[in-house]
Amino acid sequence: MSWESILIQLLNGLAGASSLFLVAAGLSLIFGVTRIVNFAHGSLYMLGMYLAVWLSGRVGFWVAVPLAAVSVGLVGFFIEFFLLKKIYKAPELLQLLATFALALVIKDAALWAWGPEDMLGPRAPGFSGAVNIAGSAVPQYDLLLILLGPLVLVFLQLVLSKTRWGILVRAASEDREMAGALGVNQRWLFTGVFVLGALLAGLGGALQIPREPASLNVDLRVISDAFVVVVVGGLGSIPGAFLAALLIAEAKAFCTGLGYSEATLVIEFVIMAAVLVWRPWGLLGRAQAPAKNPGFAQAPAEFPARKVFIAGAVLLAVLALLPVAAGGYTLVLLTDMLVFALFATSLHFIMGPGGLYSFGHAAYFGIGAYAAGILVLNKITTMEFALALAPLAAGLGALLFGWFCVRLSGVYSAMLTLAFAQIAWSAAFQWNALTGGSNGMVGIWPAPWLASKTAYYYLTLILCAAAISFFWRAIHSPFGYALRAGRDSPQRADASGIDVRAVQWAAFTIAGLAAGVAGSLYAFSKGSISPESLGIQRSVDGLVMVMLGGIQTLTGPLWGAALFTWLQDATARNLDYWRAVTGMVILALVLLLPNGIGSFFQKKK
Amino acid sequence: MRFLILFALFVASSAFSQAIKIGELNSYKVFPAFLDPYKKGMQLALEEINAAGGVLGRKLELVTRDDGGNPGDAVRVAEELISRENVAVLMGTFASNVGLAVSNLAAQRKILFVASEPLTDKIVWENGNRYTFRLRPSTYMQTAMLIPEAAKLKKKRWAIVYPNYEYGQSAAASFKKLLKAAQPDVEFVAELASPLGKIDAGAVVQALADAKPDAIFSSLFAADLQTFVREGNTRGLFKSTPVFNLLAGEPEYLDTLKEETPDGWWVTGYPWREINTPEHQRFLSAYQKRWNDYPRQGSVVGYVAVHAVAEAIKKAKTMDTEKLVEAMKGLQMGTPFGPIAWRALDHQSTMGAYVGQLARKGSQGAMVNWRFSDGARFLPPDEEVKFLRRE
Repeated sequence: MSWESILIQLLNGLAGASSLFLVAAGLSLIFGVTRIVNFAHGSLYMLGMYLAVWLSGRVGFWVAVPLAAVSVGLVGFFIEFFLLKKIYKAPELLQLLATFALALVIKDAALWAWGPEDMLGPRAPGFSGAVNIAGSAVPQYDLLLILLGPLVLVFLQLVLSKTRWGILVRAASEDREMAGALGVNQRWLFTGVFVLGALLAGLGGALQIPREPASLNVDLRVISDAFVVVVVGGLGSIPGAFLAALLIAEAKAFCTGLGYSEATLVIEFVIMAAVLVWRPWGLLGRAQAPAKNPGFAQAPAEFPARKVFIAGAVLLAVLALLPVAAGGYTLVLLTDMLVFALFATSLHFIMGPGGLYSFGHAAYFGIGAYAAGILVLNKITTMEFALALAPLAAGLGALLFGWFCVRLSGVYSAMLTLAFAQIAWSAAFQWNALTGGSNGMVGIWPAPWLASKTAYYYLTLILCAAAISFFWRAIHSPFGYALRAGRDSPQRADASGIDVRAVQWAAFTIAGLAAGVAGSLYAFSKGSISPESLGIQRSVDGLVMVMLGGIQTLTGPLWGAALFTWLQDATARNLDYWRAVTGMVILALVLLLPNGIGSFFQKKK
Repeated sequence: MRFLILFALFVASSAFSQAIKIGELNSYKVFPAFLDPYKKGMQLALEEINAAGGVLGRKLELVTRDDGGNPGDAVRVAEELISRENVAVLMGTFASNVGLAVSNLAAQRKILFVASEPLTDKIVWENGNRYTFRLRPSTYMQTAMLIPEAAKLKKKRWAIVYPNYEYGQSAAASFKKLLKAAQPDVEFVAELASPLGKIDAGAVVQALADAKPDAIFSSLFAADLQTFVREGNTRGLFKSTPVFNLLAGEPEYLDTLKEETPDGWWVTGYPWREINTPEHQRFLSAYQKRWNDYPRQGSVVGYVAVHAVAEAIKKAKTMDTEKLVEAMKGLQMGTPFGPIAWRALDHQSTMGAYVGQLARKGSQGAMVNWRFSDGARFLPPDEEVKFLRRE
């Protein structure tokens, strides 16, 4: 690489950093103040792109950009005012579920409004050409972006440090309760911050249109990039977000420039893992003040009443007798539901009683599935042994990753789990010889005596029921009490002789092991396995199931998994805009039952 | 009254059960740009077949499902089509991993599967099975179609850029192998893999320029292609460097480029405006009449796939899967692109593609200097196929 090309790649990285920063800054602001993990932030960005392309054809690019940004800000206002406002008091992370549902709705709305084809926007008038720098042509628009990023940074810093509103925002991100006690009207503060964040996302999207087309896949890509930037920079820190955007964009540009282009698949997650292990609160972040009111005060979970056991036994009996009455497809669907119920229960075990958020639980599901596939396809063991051994691989993975993750807390820990999951994903994606690369592996079928749907259903039922009851038992064992103590008051638990980290680490490993059981059952039920079984989407599905069921209930994950699987299956079969419908059902549930479907059953008790 | 309605429903449902059901699954929400026209093509074919009296005296019915774009859901959807809808044949799928998973399920459940879209070579070769047939010209075939023109240029230094997943990887591998065979002194000076849908175009264009290639081979498509083209145009990468790009001539991807359409690129695609053969004219006017829209590549694929299934049933004269499989082997049929055969050897159809050059016409992109490449001529020798495909 010559000096000239190093210079050009440096500029490429700077331009990329500016676009990353714009979208990340809004996310960081929103999280810093409202603690909302805004999953729809990428959708707002996408909306900004579509609006800008559409408006450019009517009013010209330079008018379209601010117009699109303001429109997206307005959308943000509606989202905050009519939806999020109603669930601030709900358990933490429920907002994640609500914004996830919103992302589904927005995606289908964009498809409906602008159609399926990608829309390439116009070049920016006045910045359509290139400038010769060191013998290479560099787009004028890139240079404009390079200037724009720092400008927005300075502007935001000024607003936050010099205006009264900015001071209140900072006070609220520092200590929400104290700011409230001193008479700051949080409601409008939250609305304002959310609107500003949405506006920045829209602006980021609108400014991107001369560089890439508006397409329906932008939302998910942007949201994961933005989260990484925010976390690497330190939650709530705007300069941190800028620094992180710079680091990641430059790393990507140089991966390509130096001939390691395959690494661009995962480099940002490697950086995130490294940064979080080295600095648990990101580059410029500070230790989070512990949230003083994480949703409702949690009543200590009682030992379930006898009625609950009877209900459970009845449910199990019904499930066991079902193959007599129902045929083929019902069993296929129920097998999926059971597998996901176990997956969600294992995730719930670390999130609910453990208080450890995981955005990357699919890693262990996927490792279990892949291990099963590798063992069987390479004829290392029989299917039965593979089913027994594969979860151990997942458990080992969890043992390794968990050691790092329990050292962190809150969203940082969750993002570290995501980073590890993405690293595992990219290994599966790239390691053609072992995992079959992006195509995955096919031909992973159960042994002949388990091949019939009924037999496999019983196998799944027995294993999942056993594993789920193990978790329920564990929650009410001394180990479970220790785990819950560590969640509710780490200091006190520590003082009373509980090694909180060790307990959490053990819980993490057990949960990974169980997810591995679910994963290997899944692999044999499908006959194939491919990388998305450990991708972000699967992790998010798990979160959705847990939140839908209710994080503070015992049986919630079961209902959440069953409902979510059934909902996707039923809507996708019957409706064109099934994503939007799924999203709206989830939104309705969030508003009606903020503590999850599980709480509905609990109240009846 | 209520009785009458019930009776009517009963009659209607029994009339439905008379129909032959084809179960179709595809990633409609993940790749809508390709699959919306595809669905329209299927619908047109279905209406044509039923207007002509159906097959074996029965109506044909399509049961379409969204497969969610991932193999796990796709397999569940396929199971539903098989066991709840009792479909006679499975068809569809887009992404390679989904296609392979459903293909494997078809072999397990012993049901005919016509993979319409997936391009992966493996679905008919390494992972081929008795029950799976594939319609579109594969990655290998489409790459091979570009080789004659690429070799003609006698350029020595080639750079390659591809989306980093199986399609891009195998396109790059096939291109290197085939060009090396056609032109032994060729040198590959750079290979850039960009994550699918996330190309870092500035860096990629600069890295390509740094390698100082005489020519470039690319298999980018959709959003990646548009981003790459705009960046390359602005930075002048394509001024003196010829580019070969798989799929870029398909209306799905070409039409979005508009003023950015790079002149002179060699591509595979579908110049629907200019194909004057009677079979294509007939298809074109029927399609435009039915949908008031022009056909895309996906439209042709959906159209031919449904006709293929109908032809197979006609030839087999039964719905028995094993007989259908035998009927598919060597099946000859007409398509808008001319006659094709379904090879008994590897279950690949000989459907071809159009090879030509991109040109900007006003504010639209178009294909010029095009010619049809018959798929049958761009497949490896039989021995090689037999070696790859060990059933």
